[in-house]
Amino acid sequence: MATFQLELVSPEKLLLSRPVEMAVLPAAEGEMGVLPGHAPMIVALRGGIITVTENGQVTDRLFVGGGFAEVTPERCTVLADEATPVSQLSKADAELRVREAEAAYSAAAAETPEKRDAAMAKLLAARAMLGAAEAA
Amino acid sequence: MPSLKALRGRINSVKSTRKITQAMKMVAAAKLRRAQSQAEAARPYAERMARMLASLGASVAGSPDAPKLLVGTGQDRVHLLVVVTADRGLAGPFNTNVGRFARHRIRALEAEGKTVKVLSVGRKGAAFLKREFARLVVGEISFMGKKRIGFEDASDIADRITAMLETGEFDVCELIYNRFQSVITQVPTAQRLIPAPMPEAEAETASGPQALYEYEPAEEEILSTLLPRNLAIQVYRALLENNAGFYGSQMNAMDNATRNAGEMINKLTLNYNRTRQANITKELIEIISGAEAV
Repeated sequence: MATFQLELVSPEKLLLSRPVEMAVLPAAEGEMGVLPGHAPMIVALRGGIITVTENGQVTDRLFVGGGFAEVTPERCTVLADEATPVSQLSKADAELRVREAEAAYSAAAAETPEKRDAAMAKLLAARAMLGAAEAA
Repeated sequence: MPSLKALRGRINSVKSTRKITQAMKMVAAAKLRRAQSQAEAARPYAERMARMLASLGASVAGSPDAPKLLVGTGQDRVHLLVVVTADRGLAGPFNTNVGRFARHRIRALEAEGKTVKVLSVGRKGAAFLKREFARLVVGEISFMGKKRIGFEDASDIADRITAMLETGEFDVCELIYNRFQSVITQVPTAQRLIPAPMPEAEAETASGPQALYEYEPAEEEILSTLLPRNLAIQVYRALLENNAGFYGSQMNAMDNATRNAGEMINKLTLNYNRTRQANITKELIEIISGAEAV
């Protein structure tokens, strides 16, 4: 089956760079599946899981905490703010993050709408992380 | 000929210098390892980001409401150079190299009739630039007393650049820093930040104009977060490269200093022994000739 080059980078390192068949990205407005020959797109990502499919099998699942992705017909580059393979997530860390994010969100309640949105995005990312850690 | 006591004193002082330079070399080597892996790890992200920006820029270019951060002000009159140097010295030609590079760049731009402004990052560069181009320096930033350079520091610098762009203080922004190539080579590099560099060669080979991107969510929304982030990332990368290069350079400089001190000690010791022998011979001759005279 046709493949395209998937690259996943976080500021800390290059996590993934190889041809894959399909990737499902957590785009800001809903999950988005990318296949070879996809129309060029730039999407914002929310916190969530990237699922990588090769040979009809799901081979990798990675948590990203928001970022951007550039999609062209022959490649897909994900610039994640942070990224961790789901297998390496720990439930305790995720729970801590959710608690911190909840506190930050309630503290931001009186702030400007932008700050509130930022805190909300963090909280959602933390919840996605917890969900992934529990499922793993 | 210096006295024995003076020679002993000099040998001791060179020995303690050698101890210091050796210790500094060890410290630099230890810090280098961390700084190097940090700098190298940040590269792929910065490069992908730059590539994405380049293709974005190619597709947005020409539209009148393209954001300033991406395409600049459309003019080419005032250049802002962000010169990144280390905060500390004792690192061989590290800071001087960037300084010289910046000076060439400033001279070349002024020869073309452009106005140049300089934002200096790092204490050593600030001292150098202020001596020669005091009238051009519009600001300086230093991280003295900071243990580690964080992403926030880079964002602060990026925010400052953005603010300056918005008030129309410059048209083109360039970043000058030491690129960490290997432990022994650091290459002074100029990187254009604003407007984002376009891949001209690529655009020509591609059939017709670049495909337009679709955006999700809206274009403005994405660009308004993506562009400042890109700027911060590029600055962050320059800071990390600078940091790694500094330790590499310092390690080298200290290694040389240690070796030179060793050579110096050998020479002085030889000199000391010769003088000592000469003294003994002289005394012997005096005794013998004294005994003969009796």
